[in-house]
Amino acid sequence: MKPKHQRLLLALTAVIGLLVASLIAINALSDEASYFYTPATLHDQDVAIGKAIRLGGMVKQGSISSARDGVTINFIVQDKDQQQMVRYTGVTPNLFVEGSGVVADGRLDQNGVFIADTLLAKHDENYVPRELQDIDMRDAQNLEKSVVQ
Amino acid sequence: MTAEAGLIALWLAAALALLQFTVSFFYIRTKDENLLAIINPIAIVQGLLCLLSFTMLILLFLDTDLSVLLVAQNSHIDKPWIFKLAGTWGNHEGSMLLWVSVLALCGAAIALFEKRLDQTTFAATLLVQAFVSFGFYAFLLFASNPFERLNSAPKEGAGLNPLLQDIGLAFHPPTLYIGYVGLSIAFSLAVGGLISGKINSALARAMRPWALLAWIFLTLGIAAGSYWAYYELGWGGWWFWDPVENASLMPWIAATALLHSIAVMATRDALRSWTIILALVGFAMSMAGTFLVRSGILTSVHAFAVDPERGAFILALMIINVAGALLLYALRINQVRQGKIFNLISREAAIVGNNIILVSILAIVFLGTLFPLFAEGFADQKISVGPPYFNKATIPFIFLLMILLWAGPLLRWRQDNAERISKKIIILAIFATIILSILVIILPNIPILSMLAIVLSLGLAVASFLPLMGRKLMRTPLPIYGMVIAHFGIAVCAFGMASESGFSKQLLKSVDIGDTETVANFDVTLKDIRPIIGENWVATQAIIEVSDSRSKEFETLKPEQRLFFNPNQETSEAALMTRWNGQLYAVLGKKNEDGKWQLRIWWKPFVTWIWFGAIIIALGGLISLIGRSKPRRKKREEVNPWA
Repeated sequence: MKPKHQRLLLALTAVIGLLVASLIAINALSDEASYFYTPATLHDQDVAIGKAIRLGGMVKQGSISSARDGVTINFIVQDKDQQQMVRYTGVTPNLFVEGSGVVADGRLDQNGVFIADTLLAKHDENYVPRELQDIDMRDAQNLEKSVVQ
Repeated sequence: MTAEAGLIALWLAAALALLQFTVSFFYIRTKDENLLAIINPIAIVQGLLCLLSFTMLILLFLDTDLSVLLVAQNSHIDKPWIFKLAGTWGNHEGSMLLWVSVLALCGAAIALFEKRLDQTTFAATLLVQAFVSFGFYAFLLFASNPFERLNSAPKEGAGLNPLLQDIGLAFHPPTLYIGYVGLSIAFSLAVGGLISGKINSALARAMRPWALLAWIFLTLGIAAGSYWAYYELGWGGWWFWDPVENASLMPWIAATALLHSIAVMATRDALRSWTIILALVGFAMSMAGTFLVRSGILTSVHAFAVDPERGAFILALMIINVAGALLLYALRINQVRQGKIFNLISREAAIVGNNIILVSILAIVFLGTLFPLFAEGFADQKISVGPPYFNKATIPFIFLLMILLWAGPLLRWRQDNAERISKKIIILAIFATIILSILVIILPNIPILSMLAIVLSLGLAVASFLPLMGRKLMRTPLPIYGMVIAHFGIAVCAFGMASESGFSKQLLKSVDIGDTETVANFDVTLKDIRPIIGENWVATQAIIEVSDSRSKEFETLKPEQRLFFNPNQETSEAALMTRWNGQLYAVLGKKNEDGKWQLRIWWKPFVTWIWFGAIIIALGGLISLIGRSKPRRKKREEVNPWA
C-alpha cells in the first residue's frame, strides 16, 4: 500500500465514522429534540407517557398545595392558553414561588399529571430560563378561566 | 489612575501585537535576521503589558473603586476580599480581559521557551498568535472596555451573585481559561507550519508539551466546574449537559484527540494533515465556547439579536481565524508529504480509532449544543436538547472507546499481530463477562448501562497497567507512565460515574427535630435547627448527626439555607460527609406548616472518584509533560523508548 492510498483510506474511515455519528445524533435528536414543552404544546401534541421531557411556564397564583408527607407539592403550570398539573417530590428551589417562571424536568403519568424530578426556578433576579423568555408572564398570571381545576 | 494605566497598557499591548504581526510577516518575506531578533522581545513585552493591564483591573476590584462602571456593577464594599478578587473575572469584561491576558502570555511563552522549531515556522507561529491576539484586543477596546469610568460613583456597588461567591468557583475560570486559550499555541503552531510548509515530526514535538499543558488545565477546570455544580447547586448532579458545560467539554475532547494524534506524528511521522486539522479544531472549539458563553446567545437567541455587538464581534473573530486557517490548510495541504504507512493492527491504527470515536462524540455534543440555537434563530422553533439526547447518543461511543482502550496501548507501532496481545485481552474479556453476569443476576434492579460501565471500567483499570508488563520499570520513560496513569484515571472516573448513577440511595422526608431516619448504612438524626450569621449573609442551619450503623461513630452534617445581602438572594448550602467509598449529601429544605423540616439526603457511592479520576488523568498528563521537558529529552532520543 502506498502512502497516498493510506491517506485516502484514513480520510474515508474518518468520513464514515462521522457519518455514523451524525446518523446516531440525528436519530437521537428526532426522538428527543422536542424535549421542551409549554402547557399549550403539551396539550396539542401526543406525548408518550413516561417519556423524559421538560415543561416550562408560570406557576399559577394560589395553586401550590402540599401533600401530607410534607415533601410533595402539587401545583399548576400555565401559559396563555393551557394549564398543566404538576407533582414534585423534593426540596423546592429557593426562588420557586407562585407567579414566577419555572422549568420542570420529568414525565407525564397515566392520569395526565406531570411528575417532576427537578425544578428549575430563576437563578437570580436577572436570569430567566432560556425557554421562558418568550412566554408572556403577565398574560399567564392573569389567566381567569381555568382549564384544569 | 489605576484604570487609566490599565487601559493604556491594553492599548500598548494591542499596538505591539500589530507590530509583532508586521515584523514576523516581513521576516518571513525577507529572512532578515535583524527582524527575527526583535520578534521575541516584542512578544514578551506584549504579554507583560497585558498582564499589567489585568493586574490593574484586579487592583480596582480589591480597592472596590466604584467610579469604574464594571466594579460598580459587579462588586460591593462589604464583600470578603477573596470574592472581590474573584469578582475581577466573574463578569463579561473582566473574564474577557483574563482570556486575552492568557492569550498574550501564551505568545510570550512561545517566545521564551520554544527552541525546537526552525526560524521560519517560529516566526510564522508568532505571526499567527499576534493576529489572533490583535482581534481580541480590538474586541476588548471597542466592544467591552473593562476600565470604563462612571460620571458619578455609587456608594456601595451592586454585588456579586451569591452562587458565584464560592472559593471553588473563584479559581475555576482562570484554570479553564488557561486550558481554553492554551490551545491557541497548538493552533498557531499548526498555522505556522502551514505557512512555512514544514509539517513534520519536529512540529509535532514542538506542539506536544503546549497541547499537553493546555489539556491538563482543561481537565482540572472541567472537573472543578463539575464539582462546583455538584455541591453548590444542591441538586446532587455532577453533569447536566448544560451548554456552558458543553462549551468547556468540546475543546477538551478535541484536545484529547489532538494529544493522541500528535503522539503518532511525533513518533512515527504519520497522520500529519489530520493532526493539523485537530489543532485547528481544538482552538476553534475554545473560541466557539467563548462565543456561546460570552455572547448571551444561550439565555436567548432574541436577546442576542437585539444587542448583537459583542456576540457578533466574537463570532466574526472566530470565523476569520478558523476560516483563514482552513483556507490556508486547503491551499497548502497538497504540498504536505503523506506520512509513513502503518498496518491495520498497530498503535497508529488504534489511535486513529480513538480519534474517530472522540471526534464523533465531539460532533454529537456540538450538534446537540448548537441545534436549539439554529432552530430558534432560523426557524423560530423553541427546542431544548437535554440529557436524554446526549446520554443516548454519546454512551455507545464512550463504551466503544473504553473497549478500544483495553487493547490500543498494548499494540506496537507500525505493525503488530493480533495474537501477541489477544491472550491478555481475552482473559480480561472473560473475567469481565463473568463479573457482568454475576452483577446482573444478583442486582436485577440496577440499570444495565451502569453495570456495563462498571465492568468496562474495572477491566480498564487492569488493562491500563498492562503496557508496563515485561518492561524494566526503572528504565521505562516517564511519558509511558503518564499514559498508564491517565488511562487508569479514566477507569477511576468512569467507575465513579457508573456507580453514582446506578447505586445512589436517597432519603427525602419531612422530619421533626429529634427524628432518626436511615439512608444506605447510615442513621441520620435531625438534632437542631439554629440561626447563624456570616460575613454577608444570615442562615438557618440544621445540625444533623450521622452514625454509621456498623462503626457507631458520630459525625455532624450542617446544611444551610442562606440569605445573602447585596444582592438579596436565598441559596441552599449542601453539607457533605466524605468517605473513601462515597459521599453523604444533605440538603435542608423548607419548614412545613406543621413545623417539620424538609430534609433530602443522598448516599452517593464512589461519587468522589469522578473528580479523583479527573485529577489522576491530569496527573498522568503532568508526568508525561515532565518526561518531555528538555534535560530528559536528549537522553531519550539515544535509547529510543518507542522501539
